[in-house]
Amino acid sequence: MSGFNAHGVWAIYRFELHRFRRTLWTGLAVPVITTSLYFIVFGAAIGSRMAEIDGVDYGTFIVPGLMMLSLFTESIFNASFGIHMPRFTGTIYELLSAPLSAFETVLGYVGAAATKSMIVALVILATANLFVDVHIAHPLLMIAFLLLIAATFCLFGFIIGIWAKGFEQLQVIPLLVVTPLTFLGGAFYSIDMLPEPWRTATLFNPVVYLISGFRWTFFGTADVGVWVSLGATFAFFLACLGIVWWIFRTGYRLKA
Amino acid sequence: MLEPVLSIRGLSKTYASGLQALKPLDLDIARGEIFALLGPNGAGKTTMISIVCGLVTPTSGTVTADGHDIIRDYRGARRKIGLVPQELHTDQFEAVRDTVAFSRGLFGCPPDPGRVEQVLRDLSLWDKRDTRIRELSGGMKRRVMIAKALAHDPQILFLDEPTAGVDVELRRDMWQLVRRLREGGVTIILTTHYIEEAEEMADRVGVISRGELILAEEKTSLMRKLGKKALTLQLAEPLAVLPAELAEWKVELNDGGHALHYEFDAKADRTGVPSLLAKLRDLGIGFTDLNTHQSSLEEIFVSLVSERKD
Repeated sequence: MSGFNAHGVWAIYRFELHRFRRTLWTGLAVPVITTSLYFIVFGAAIGSRMAEIDGVDYGTFIVPGLMMLSLFTESIFNASFGIHMPRFTGTIYELLSAPLSAFETVLGYVGAAATKSMIVALVILATANLFVDVHIAHPLLMIAFLLLIAATFCLFGFIIGIWAKGFEQLQVIPLLVVTPLTFLGGAFYSIDMLPEPWRTATLFNPVVYLISGFRWTFFGTADVGVWVSLGATFAFFLACLGIVWWIFRTGYRLKA
Repeated sequence: MLEPVLSIRGLSKTYASGLQALKPLDLDIARGEIFALLGPNGAGKTTMISIVCGLVTPTSGTVTADGHDIIRDYRGARRKIGLVPQELHTDQFEAVRDTVAFSRGLFGCPPDPGRVEQVLRDLSLWDKRDTRIRELSGGMKRRVMIAKALAHDPQILFLDEPTAGVDVELRRDMWQLVRRLREGGVTIILTTHYIEEAEEMADRVGVISRGELILAEEKTSLMRKLGKKALTLQLAEPLAVLPAELAEWKVELNDGGHALHYEFDAKADRTGVPSLLAKLRDLGIGFTDLNTHQSSLEEIFVSLVSERKD
């Protein structure tokens, strides 16, 4: 007997979304309030003194960066927590004893986490629209980029959730690596605004490519070419996929 | 044996630490039997179950469940197997009915509210269907874990220490449930510390010690071997020497003359207990307390294993 265990994937997906629903209001209030705060500080207070960037006013310019910042942290947090929780409570025994392939397990967890972080990103976009007029040049590509980046960071979060030995470790990578890289990766400025050698140094930050590519789908202009961005994003996606494959292959921190 | 439902061949496990938890082991379980696996803590019972269920990767050997190899055809094998682990691992925030439906889906079965209801009713959980698991007592959580394991209608059910730390009422319920399941054709493999449990329920008993299956035989023949009991009498007045009149019973004087110890065969027609007590009365030897003790399984293992080493 073989074949895709669709019921199993759906069970995991529903279980995870149910978990999100339990904290629905805080889960949605946080991005709305945070986005509003960013707009009050960066949009109204500071943004009014900033020049346009590539013909886009500053308040509008930061919208894709804000969405990315939340998308990264939400994706990592949701996916890492989702797989870490069963390891912590011991309910992972059921997952390991179920007729599920690695692909199906990951599809359930990563799919659910990506769904939630995409919803949060779109809520941020809607909130931003209350403050500034956002025009999206390539809406379909925007959604595609959002999906690819959400899937990538959820895979990354899944890896962290398996690697982490406790809840503290779940926070370490997002706080110490991803947030700094995002702030330094042009979430709130164009890297062309940086003097050398910082501009060149920034090109080694992978997040630059993700934000730049995503921003291109909004404004049609970007710090680096959109194909370079897409290639870098895809490479990161494949790297995470490779690590997840290795985890299931070896049973790393899952099986004795 | 007719067509074993579970067939284990040369199964062994050595952990990365170098600990050999399971020495190469062969075991066949017949369809529809109740097999009790006995052994002290750390003997390898849970390791064996964990391998069969897919939680631990074996170092060597093969296992087939209802004809499906647990590694090559893991989907087929795992659909046939249900597992109730020893520890109470539950999703605290989920409702009872949801968690059972979740398990059913995880094992690849289409949603079936009627079947979930039936499982919950069988385990007296229907009244608690919308209760969150964290609000349940330990015994109720144990039932939830069994319900989850039964949600996909497995052919083989593993119960790892199902009655450890469980009250008497639940233990009785559990035994009834096991019998009902067997009547429905389910094969049950349970591990336990309690000889009474094996005695009450099992068709066949396996004893595992230090990673080795040292015997697997019909319960009735095993019970004869394990039927020894001991009687201990706390004496009112200590005795300096054992009276010659008691030689017939092979009693021992223990505890500095404060206690009399007598071993007997509980299954024998004449245990010698009434006559011993009558003789003590005749001799005017008073006692303040009396208890009988059945050799615990752990003691039996120790002696079984040390016999093998000698």
